[in-house]
Amino acid sequence: MALTVTMPQLGESVTEGTIARWLKHPGDAIAKYESIAEVITDKVNAEIPAPADGVMSELIAPEGAVVPVGQPICSIDTGVAASDAAAEPQAEEVPAVATTVAQSAETPPVAQAAPVAKAVPAEPQPGEETAVAPIQAAFTESPPATPASGEAAGGNGQAGGFHVTPAVRMLVREHGVDLSQVTGTGIGGRISKKDVLEYVQRRDASAGSSGAARTPAAVPAPATPPALSPAQAPQPAPSAAPSPGPASAAPASFAGAEGETVVPLSQVRKAIAEHMVRSRQTSPHAYVMVEVDMSAVSQIRDREKAAFEQRHGVKLTFLPFVARAVVEALQRHPTLNASWSDAGIVVKRAINLGIAVALEDNLIVPVVRDADRLSISGLATTMADLGARARSNHLKLDEIQGGTFTLNNTGALGAVMTQAIINQPQAAIMTMDLVVKRPVAVGDAIAIRPIMNLGLSFDHRINDGLQATRFVTSVQKLLEGLDPSATLV
Amino acid sequence: MPEKTYIEAIRDGIREEMQRDERVMILGEDVGAKGGVFGVTEGLQKEFGEWRVLDSPLAESLIVGVAIGAAMNGLRPIAEIQFQDFIMPAVDQIISEAAKIRYRSNGDWNVPMVLRSPFGGGVHGALYHSQSIEAIFAHIPGLRVVVPSTPYDAKGMIVAALRDPDPVLYFEHKRAYRAIKGEVPDGEYTVPLDRARVVREGEDIALFSYGMMVHASLEAAERLAADGFSCEVVDLRSLRPFDRAAIVASASKCGKVLIVQEANLAVSVASEVAAIIAEDCFDSLDAPVMRLGGPEIPAMPFSPPLEQFYLVTPNKVEAKLRELAAY
Repeated sequence: MALTVTMPQLGESVTEGTIARWLKHPGDAIAKYESIAEVITDKVNAEIPAPADGVMSELIAPEGAVVPVGQPICSIDTGVAASDAAAEPQAEEVPAVATTVAQSAETPPVAQAAPVAKAVPAEPQPGEETAVAPIQAAFTESPPATPASGEAAGGNGQAGGFHVTPAVRMLVREHGVDLSQVTGTGIGGRISKKDVLEYVQRRDASAGSSGAARTPAAVPAPATPPALSPAQAPQPAPSAAPSPGPASAAPASFAGAEGETVVPLSQVRKAIAEHMVRSRQTSPHAYVMVEVDMSAVSQIRDREKAAFEQRHGVKLTFLPFVARAVVEALQRHPTLNASWSDAGIVVKRAINLGIAVALEDNLIVPVVRDADRLSISGLATTMADLGARARSNHLKLDEIQGGTFTLNNTGALGAVMTQAIINQPQAAIMTMDLVVKRPVAVGDAIAIRPIMNLGLSFDHRINDGLQATRFVTSVQKLLEGLDPSATLV
Repeated sequence: MPEKTYIEAIRDGIREEMQRDERVMILGEDVGAKGGVFGVTEGLQKEFGEWRVLDSPLAESLIVGVAIGAAMNGLRPIAEIQFQDFIMPAVDQIISEAAKIRYRSNGDWNVPMVLRSPFGGGVHGALYHSQSIEAIFAHIPGLRVVVPSTPYDAKGMIVAALRDPDPVLYFEHKRAYRAIKGEVPDGEYTVPLDRARVVREGEDIALFSYGMMVHASLEAAERLAADGFSCEVVDLRSLRPFDRAAIVASASKCGKVLIVQEANLAVSVASEVAAIIAEDCFDSLDAPVMRLGGPEIPAMPFSPPLEQFYLVTPNKVEAKLRELAAY
């Protein structure tokens, strides 16, 4: 019997997943619970276990496809005799998948990134996707396409500077109006219903004698939205509103010149690229950095680390100390734990601390929820757990969402000065660089102290240098002011 | 035709119906000897006696509960809740009992009860005497909710409400009582309970409102007329059921829509009217549907300047209309 496998629910708020890689291919034998596919949601990977023993018979969703939860992704032949009834629903499900496949060809894996990129099929993908490309155009539902089609109906050459209300669209259809001939009197030159009616009245009055009255023939194309039937689709959606978004910045195809190789973009690479470009375009970044004397932290850590590791099974690093100080400083400076919105600055009550984890081929920011409720020990064990599971691709989606502030332990890689890009939509990101022993002036003497650079990239829309510096120096003071004789629980 | 105040028109309607129909009786706080805190029932106890105009204890749940029982047993009670703000203890009786009895008994029982209550602000009533919570009841199937805005409608609708076989919530804007005057015919007439009324015809913008906001809307519409914009003003009158056909007709005709109410906007009468227009008039719209209402503040403040800030005034309606006109 053919058993249809559907996209599983990979987290409470997950609605879809991207097939990153098929681990089993048609003809492969499969044992129950064996992983058959890798699925990406946002930035985290998960593996889908086989629901039964059998042989992979068909991959319904290709790699790269975004599939809604509950939709079929593949079918497995379990070798049990099939019943006729079971086969039927499957046949109906297939077209539904085809739709999502069509969208996926142009939809980056990061859900939030979709709106801009989705609007326009920038270029036909080489290879297997060409067949579905026209269908994408037909299924494009994003707002930018609608005014474009309205203009096409009016036959004017204006580049979408105004929008057409339903009432005006109806009149255009009814009276065969060329909107480029109508003068708009609304805000920003918008053409109102009244404008069209007055135009029609004038036009019909003057054309009345010549007999060329209101015929819809004046309309070059039907004013209906792009047809959904594949029959009409093949005209590649013309220059439907060039997408201004970051996703379209990349040239369509690129043949490497001599001595150059082109490394294909992975889904993860595309997602990171999109996020970074969007962040830089969204937030005016400004930077502040201070030096922190880590003497107190070092003393505590040196004294406690053996016992700590024995007790908790994880290494005691500088990270939980800094994380704890960051959390306390965020409580004192809540506008750093915030997001920008046009309605105002959204200050978050919960402090969900994102901890950047660098992997060979990925960047993941697992989130310590309600970090303000955790002690240094609690932060250490929680972060160790999240980090380990980030490396083994075992994070749940909810564990990488909802961060309100990000801390990046760049010192772990050996960096002494970094300027990070903000993890949207947060207000700032902090980097803690390598702790280096340096000669510093203490009073009038020179002493050797462990010094750490602490950097903050902040969204200048939300905070000014004043707040940002106060925040960073708060973290600094909290770290320097720790009691060196303190013991960790 | 004699000119009467809104409050006189309500009283006339009640008195005449009490003369015609012995089953009609009134109960509520201070409705008898005092004649009501606003004077709606003034003189009625003297005319009809203590058993037909009954002073109740300060217990709204009792007032409505007794009215439901009386209605089910053949009377035509008017339950007066002194201020809409005080209706809360009776909400269980209204929503869970009165609204559901016909349905629950498969039509064997019905509740021909009228519940009258003044609402609205602008009379320095402060937090506990200014609320507009009609939307709570407009949400409930099994009720009728009406808000007359003119003396003519006030009389015609109270009579129609008393003759309706099911519970009718009849809300009176307390500022209208003595501020609004109009011609009211002597003698018997009714006004349908489920029909909106076009109070001013126009072509450019359709303005929907009810209660005192009808008057603010009319004033603002006049000011725009001076500049050549014609506004159609529709008095919704019935908030349950809505007169869908009338709403659709005016919205489709004008293409631009403003909905005005005193209550705050979230999940309100204006929300529902906007939804009806979005569903039925999409192809006729020439601008976003706009709404104007009270701010998202828990209650109307006492301080006069703050009260003015809270209220929807003709100036605010005018500003919104000009925004729509320019769109």
